[in-house]
Amino acid sequence: MSERTLELPALTDVTPVQPGINWNILWTLVRREVRDSLRDWRIVIPIGLLTLLFPLVMNVMADVVFDFLERYDATIIGERFIPFGLLAVGFFPMSFSLVIALESFVGERERNSLEALLATPAGDVELYLGKLLASLLLPLVASYVGIAIYGISVVWGRLWNLPATLFLQILALTTVEGLVMVTAAVIVSSHTTSVRAANLLASFIIVPMAFLVQIESLIIFWGREEALWWIMAGLLVLDVALVRAGIRTFNREAILAREIDFLNIERAVRLFWYFLKAPPEAAPRVRQQSGEAVPRFQLARVYRHDVPRLLAANRWGVATACVTTAMGFLLGWGLIRWWNLPIDFFNLNTFDARAFRATLMQGIPGSATTLLPPFAIGAIFVHNLRVLVGGAFLSLFSFGVVALLLLLAPMTIVGFLAGALAAQGQNWLQFLAAFILPHGSLEIPAVLLSTAFAVRLGAIMLAPPQDFSAGEALLLATADYVKVLLFVVIPLLLIAALVEVYVTPLVVVWLYT
Amino acid sequence: MAVVEAVGLTKRFGTITAVENVSFHVREGEVLALLGPNGAGKTTTVRCLAAILRPTSGYALVAGHDTRTAPRRVRHLVGLLTEFPGLYGRMKPLEYLDFFGAMQGLDAHTRRARAETLLKQFNLWHARRQRLGQFSKGMRQKMALVRALLHAPKVLFLDEPTAALDPEGAYQVRQAIADLRRRGHTILLCTHNLVEAETLADRLLIIHRGRILARGTIEELKAHVLGDPVFRVQLAQPLEGLPDLLGDVVSPLEWGPDWISYRTRTPTQTNPAVISRLQAAGGHIVTLVEEPRRLEDVYLRLMGAVP
Repeated sequence: MSERTLELPALTDVTPVQPGINWNILWTLVRREVRDSLRDWRIVIPIGLLTLLFPLVMNVMADVVFDFLERYDATIIGERFIPFGLLAVGFFPMSFSLVIALESFVGERERNSLEALLATPAGDVELYLGKLLASLLLPLVASYVGIAIYGISVVWGRLWNLPATLFLQILALTTVEGLVMVTAAVIVSSHTTSVRAANLLASFIIVPMAFLVQIESLIIFWGREEALWWIMAGLLVLDVALVRAGIRTFNREAILAREIDFLNIERAVRLFWYFLKAPPEAAPRVRQQSGEAVPRFQLARVYRHDVPRLLAANRWGVATACVTTAMGFLLGWGLIRWWNLPIDFFNLNTFDARAFRATLMQGIPGSATTLLPPFAIGAIFVHNLRVLVGGAFLSLFSFGVVALLLLLAPMTIVGFLAGALAAQGQNWLQFLAAFILPHGSLEIPAVLLSTAFAVRLGAIMLAPPQDFSAGEALLLATADYVKVLLFVVIPLLLIAALVEVYVTPLVVVWLYT
Repeated sequence: MAVVEAVGLTKRFGTITAVENVSFHVREGEVLALLGPNGAGKTTTVRCLAAILRPTSGYALVAGHDTRTAPRRVRHLVGLLTEFPGLYGRMKPLEYLDFFGAMQGLDAHTRRARAETLLKQFNLWHARRQRLGQFSKGMRQKMALVRALLHAPKVLFLDEPTAALDPEGAYQVRQAIADLRRRGHTILLCTHNLVEAETLADRLLIIHRGRILARGTIEELKAHVLGDPVFRVQLAQPLEGLPDLLGDVVSPLEWGPDWISYRTRTPTQTNPAVISRLQAAGGHIVTLVEEPRRLEDVYLRLMGAVP
C-alpha cells in the first residue's frame, strides 16, 4: 500500500437514485455487453463470416438456380427462391442472438461476476432489458447487413427486382423472430444454473423457430407474402408476452441462490397435494410450510369456499372464455356470408322424428371415422373430458391459446348452423333451444370453466404469483385446475352427457313435431 | 450511530432456513466481523443487508434505509466485495471501473478521477493497460475491493475477502482492509479466518447454522466463553506445598513442583499478592504470565468442537 491518501468526494456528490427505469443504467449495461461480445472472437468471427460471405454464397446459388430454371421456362420458381434467400441470410446471423442471450445471466453466474452486478442500483427491469437488448443488437445489425448485401447483390445482378414491401417484411420478420428467441433465451438464462443446462433447454426455442422459418419459406414459395404479416403480428404478441414474463419472473434471489438444477419429484408431488387440499388463500403459506400446517380437506368447503374464491381470482380467465364463446358464435354466424349451406343440407322444416331416432340408434353418420363420439353417455363424456384435458395440457405450451381454440371451434360450428338456418328463414332460436340448450346449459359452463383455468395454466408461466418460483406457480395452477375439474367440470359433463342422450332427443322431437 | 441495523432478519429458501432471527448493528467507523463456518449464513446475511436478497421476515436498515422498500438506495450506499472477485476478464481496469461507476450514477469525470486515485492507492495503476483476465488472484481481489470503494459507499461489506488467496495475496488484501479501517470506514467483514477477524475487527458476531451464537469484543467473548484470565507462575526451584501456600489468595487450577496456574478476575490485586506470598516462602519467581487465550479456543468451544 502506498501512503497516498484517499480523497473521495462525499456521497452527496453522487447522482441520486431515480425511481422507475433508469435509462442511463440500461444503456451502460447494453454498451458493456455489446463491447464484450465484440471482443469475443468466438462470436465475432462466425457472425462476420455469416454476415458477409453467406449472402454472397446465396447470391451465387440464386444465380445458378435461376439459370437452371430458365432453361426449362420455370423462372417463377427462381423468383420464389430469391426471397427465401433473404429470409435465410437474415435468420442465420440472428441465430447467434440465441447463443449470446442464453449465456447472459447464467454465464455471468458461472464466472462469479453476477453478484457484483446485482449489487449495483440496477433494477430487475433494467438488468433484464439490458441483457435482452445487448443480446439482440449485434446479431440484429449483422442480419440487416446480411439482408442488405444479398438484396443489393440480387438487384445489382439483375436477377430480380426486389419489391420494397417484401424487403421491409423480411427485415421486420427477422427482427421479431430475433426478439422472440432472445426474450425466451434470457428467461432460460435467468432460470438455469449452468450454461450447459441453458444450452440443453435452447432446443425448446430453436426447434419451434426453425419450424416457423420453414412455414415462412413455404408461404414465400407459395407467393402468399401477405400471410407473413399475420405471422409477424402473432410473433409480436408473443414478444410482448415473453418480455412481460421475463420481467415478471426475473428473480435475482433465484439466480444467486439456486445451486443445482434437479427435479425434486417428491416435493413436487407433496406440494401439489397440499395445494389441492388447502383453500386457495392458504397457498403462499402452504408453499413454505410442512404438511402439518396444511388445512384438512373438506368437500363442503370446496363448493362453498374454494371454487367461488378460485373463480373470483381467475375472473379474467372466465371473462376470456366467455368472450371467446361469444366470438366463436358470431364468427360462425358471419361465415355464412362466404360459405352458405345448400337449402336441403340442414332443413329442419322437413324434420322427420322417426329418421332422427333411427339415426341416433344407429349412430351419427361418419362418427366412426371422424372425431365425433358414438351417441352414448360414456362416449360423449370421455370425448368431452379428453378434449378439455388435452386442451389444458397443450395450453401449457401455447400460453392458453389451444384451450381457447378448442372452445372457439365448436361455438363457431354452432354459430354457423344457427346462421345458416337464419339465412334460410328457419327459426334458429328453436334450433338452439332444441339441439343445444338442454345439455348445453350444463356442458357449456363446464367447458367455460375448464377453458378459463386452462388459460390460467398457460398464463401462469407469464405471470407467476409473487414469491412463487415458475415450478411452484405451475403446480399451484395445475392443482387449481384439477380441483375445478374434479369437483365441478366432471360432474357437470357427466350430467350433460346423460341429458344429451336421454333428454335432448326428446326435446328435439317435441319441438319439431 | 448505527449505520447498519438488522432486526429479526430471517431468510428461507424453500424449506431451508439460511438465516434465522438475526439482530445486530454496526456503528459508524466500526469493523464488525461476522465469523462462522462455511454454510453458517454469513453470505446470505450480507446479501440481505446489501439488498440483493429480500428477507423472508425481519428487516434491515442501511443508513436508515430499509432494504425491502428502498433496495436501489441501499445498493447505492453499500460497497460489496464478493467472495469471488468475478471480474470481466476482457476489460481493462479503468474501463471496468468506469462501467461500475456509471452503474452507480457517477459522472464521467468523477469516475475517472476516483478510478485513478484508487488504482494508485491499491498499487494497481501499473497494471492499468492489462486485461483483468491477466491479473493474479491477489490483484483481482484488490481490484474488486477498488470496485466496491469506487462510489464512496457509506458501508463496506466484505464477504470472505481472502478466502481464495495465497498467503501473500491474503496479506495484501488484509493490509488494504486495515488501511480502510484506519481511515474510519464502516465495515462488515464476513470471514471464517480467525486471525483476520482478530486482527481487523472491533467486534465479533459468531454465527452458526443461521443463528447468532455470541457477540462482543474479542476480550468480552474470551471472558464470556473461556472465563477469567489464567496466570501461570514459574519458579526457579520446586517449592513444597505450593497449592496450599496460595490457597487463601487464589484457587489454583493446575500445579507442578515448580509451577502453578490460577484464574483471577482481578489480576492487578491478586498477582502482587501471589508474588509476595511466594517470595515470603522463599520461592524465586522466574516468570508470571497470562496464559494466551486464543480466539480459536472461543470459536471452537462455541461450535462445540471442544468441551
